[in-house]
Parts: sequence; structure tokens; C-alpha cells
Amino acid sequence: MLLIPCPFCGPRDESEFICGGPVRPPRPDPAQTSDADWTDWLIQAPNPVGPVQEHWWHARGCGVWLTLWRDTRSHEIVAGASDDG
Amino acid sequence: MQRYSLANLLRHALNRHTTWAPAWRRPPLKDRYQVIVIGAGGHGLATAYYLAKEHGIRDVAVLESGWLGGGNIARNTITIRSNYMRDASIPFYVKSVALYEAMTRELNFNTMHTRRGMIDVIQSWGMMRDRRRRQHIMDLHGATYRQLTLPDLRRRVPALTGGGADARLPILGAFLHPEAATNRHDAVAWGYARAIDAMGGEIHQRPPVTQLLRGADGRIAGVETPRGTVRAPKVVVAVSGHTTSLTETVGLRLPLRSMNLTAFVSEPVRPLIDVIVNCPDAGVYLSQSDKGELVIGGPPDPGQSYRRDIKQGVFEETVAALLSLFPAFKRLKLLRQWGGHLDIAPDASPIQDETDVPGLFVTAGWWGGYKAIPAGGLTLAHLVATGQPHPLMEHFTLRRFRHLDYQMETGTTTAR
Repeated sequence: MLLIPCPFCGPRDESEFICGGPVRPPRPDPAQTSDADWTDWLIQAPNPVGPVQEHWWHARGCGVWLTLWRDTRSHEIVAGASDDG
Repeated sequence: MQRYSLANLLRHALNRHTTWAPAWRRPPLKDRYQVIVIGAGGHGLATAYYLAKEHGIRDVAVLESGWLGGGNIARNTITIRSNYMRDASIPFYVKSVALYEAMTRELNFNTMHTRRGMIDVIQSWGMMRDRRRRQHIMDLHGATYRQLTLPDLRRRVPALTGGGADARLPILGAFLHPEAATNRHDAVAWGYARAIDAMGGEIHQRPPVTQLLRGADGRIAGVETPRGTVRAPKVVVAVSGHTTSLTETVGLRLPLRSMNLTAFVSEPVRPLIDVIVNCPDAGVYLSQSDKGELVIGGPPDPGQSYRRDIKQGVFEETVAALLSLFPAFKRLKLLRQWGGHLDIAPDASPIQDETDVPGLFVTAGWWGGYKAIPAGGLTLAHLVATGQPHPLMEHFTLRRFRHLDYQMETGTTTAR
């Protein structure tokens, strides 16, 4: 079970959160980008064996969306590049 | 191949069973094959089997990083069924169920196929409508699904005492899928391995493939293993959750995320439940093994995962769901748990295609791929041998993502 650091509530139990999936690259403007690049952005997601940056939603708490880095091999929250999302 | 029969059993018994030949050889790894299959799981083995049987391609090496029958083929809940939702999916799974039913005879290996049926226990009106719709679609494609009355349900599953009128989610109805079955997963792996070996294919355990190799012309050239480079003009990736890790070694990205789906078993008890019981609203499914253990599965871990154990939160949720319907199981002790990596596409349907790297084939995105093993191997062997997708799999190529032509599949218990 993860202890997730919420910026407002402090460390809270994982059961209060809903995982929002991996963080994708910035959304391109569909009008300005090719069809191939647009579908690529829609369907591709990072799938590393190791740290992945994820969105988590404090749904049963203050309701904030936060990002964190989690190691997919151990489920441990690890330090990552940027934790503000 | 020495046949397994009563006469042979008696003959070898006279020699105190010391004269049985090994079921498969352990040949040295060559440096070149016609086809390399990465992963001796169900899909990899079935592919090699049908390549030899249907297409005469026998110069095949199946490379397995672990041991035969030790991967995801041993990390599932051995549920075989065809109650899916989509026109594109159902004929495929109907074929798979039929191939499983014929497998014991075909491979001369007892897979202990038990056609015990599966009952879906419905506790919400939305799910009720979904199942009625599914019933009509299944009717079109030759799969059976019929509604049970509540007294029928309670009679068929006496241990199901929860979900009464005063429960939080009262049981509204149930559907029976009679073709559903369980079998023995080891026997599937061993039976295929023995048949592949008899037809000239090779199974190599323990050389993990570390990297795919691409030739100067962009085509796949072979694979790199600790035992050296192995070359082949065609390489099949059948490694479940680790598909993207391998394909990224040749710069190929696929729309897949790896997840961990877990299950656990109770201590063995007397015969109690003779069908597979699936409770999609509660979020739990179970069956009783031949040994008497209750095999219980729940939802996947939240987020991507390469861990193969159960998360405490997922475990507690699944047990709570189980006890809401089977309160008597509170007294059961749980013996062990396991998880399997699987990868999931954005539409929860499988991907089986030749990739942008010519000669490199993937079979992935199998969410509950155990039931798909024989038909998945049949269709992939067709694709590898002929270059054309098999009619049963033509909707599940990578091409569908180009136009976001999703095959949204809701037929899987826990892919919520």
C-alpha cells in the first residue's frame, strides 16, 4: 500500500486515491499536427520497467490531482524530475 | 513421439516406468532458424505448434527466459469461455473454446478439460442490460448465454447466500454460459511442447532474449541472447507484459501498458461449487479446482506494474467483495497468491500483427489470454506463414489504431 504525499493533506493512504495513468507528453494542437502524430499522442503512453511519472487523484480526500514518480518494479514512490503537474 | 495409451502404460509399468523417453529433446541452440518465437508461454507454444502443423514450418525455435510452463500460463485462473461482447471478438473465442475441447485428443495429452459452465451474477441494472445485449450478440455467433431465474441460481450455487433483498447490491439476475470450462495449464504447455518437438521444432529454456536485431535493410534480423546471436528472417514476440521492453530495443513503440492481474487460492475444501462464478458488479470471480481449492480473482493493480505479487488494497477489496456474496467463506484460510503481467491496449482488445519492422510479429494485449491460446496460435501462425491476417483476427491488427477504429471490449471480468 502506498503512502502518497498530498500537497494539502500530507501523506495519505493509497485507498483515498484513484490512479490517473501515466503522464503523457504535452498535448499537441490537433489542428496543427498531422493525423499520424495526433493518433500517436492519443494511443501511446510511457511503459517503462522502472520509474514512471503518474497522475493520482485524491478523490476520497481534498480532490486535488497530483503527479508522482513510482517504480513499476517495486511500487515504491521515488524521486523524479518534476513533481508539479 | 511415443503415444500415451493404456497399452503403453502397461508396457512401461513392466519396466518399472524407467523406459519412458523424455517428452521433448534439449537440442543445442543453432545460430539460424526459419522462425524464432520469443516466449514459451501458451501463445508462443501454440504459434510454433500451428506453424508446423498447418504450414509445415518446422525449423522453429521457441526461446523462453524462464522455464516451460512457468510464466503467465501458470499465472492465471484457467478460465476458458467465449461470452464476449463484440462481433469481432466472439467468433475468435468460439473457435478457441472448440480447439480447447479437442486438445486432449489432438495432442494425446490429458488437459483435464472440464466443461463446467460459468454463471455471471448480476447486481446492477446497467450490467443486466449489458448482459442481455451480450446474449443477443452471442446468439448470432454460436455462443450460448441464457438467463437463470434467482431460485435456479441459488440452487446451482448453494454457497452463494449473500446478495439478498436487503443487501447493498441485491442480486437481480444471472446468466449461464455453458461452454465455459477449466483445464490444467501445465498440461497445455507440456502437451504443446511435446507435439512441437515431435514435429521438429525446438524449445529452449532459460536463454532470455536481451535484444532484437534489425538488419541494414530495416528488416528484423534475429535476436541477441546470453548464448549468442540467433538469426531468423521472422521473429514472433509472445511475451505478454514485456512486449514493449523488447520492441523498444529496435525503436518500435506500441500502444500497450503493462499491468499486474492477481489471484489467490484458499485451502482445499470439499466439492462446493461446480461452476465458475463471476460477479462483475462486486468485482470478483471464483471457481473450485479439482484439488478443492477455491481459485479467486479480482481487479488489476491500479497503475502500471511489473510486480508479480498482490497489493494489500486489491486483496482486501477482492476479499470484501467475495464475502459480500459468500459470507461462509469467512472461515476459509488463504494459501497462496500470484500475479501475472499483461499488457493492455487502449481498447482492451488484443493486437496481433506484423509490425513496422518487417518480419517482426507481435501478439500482445491479451487481457485474459489463457482462453485465447489455441486460436491465438492458429491465427498468428497463419499471419507468420502467409503474411495475411487470419480472418478471425483481421480486426485486431495495429492498423486499427491509425483511424482510432477501436474494438472496445468489455467482455473481460476485471478490465474496468
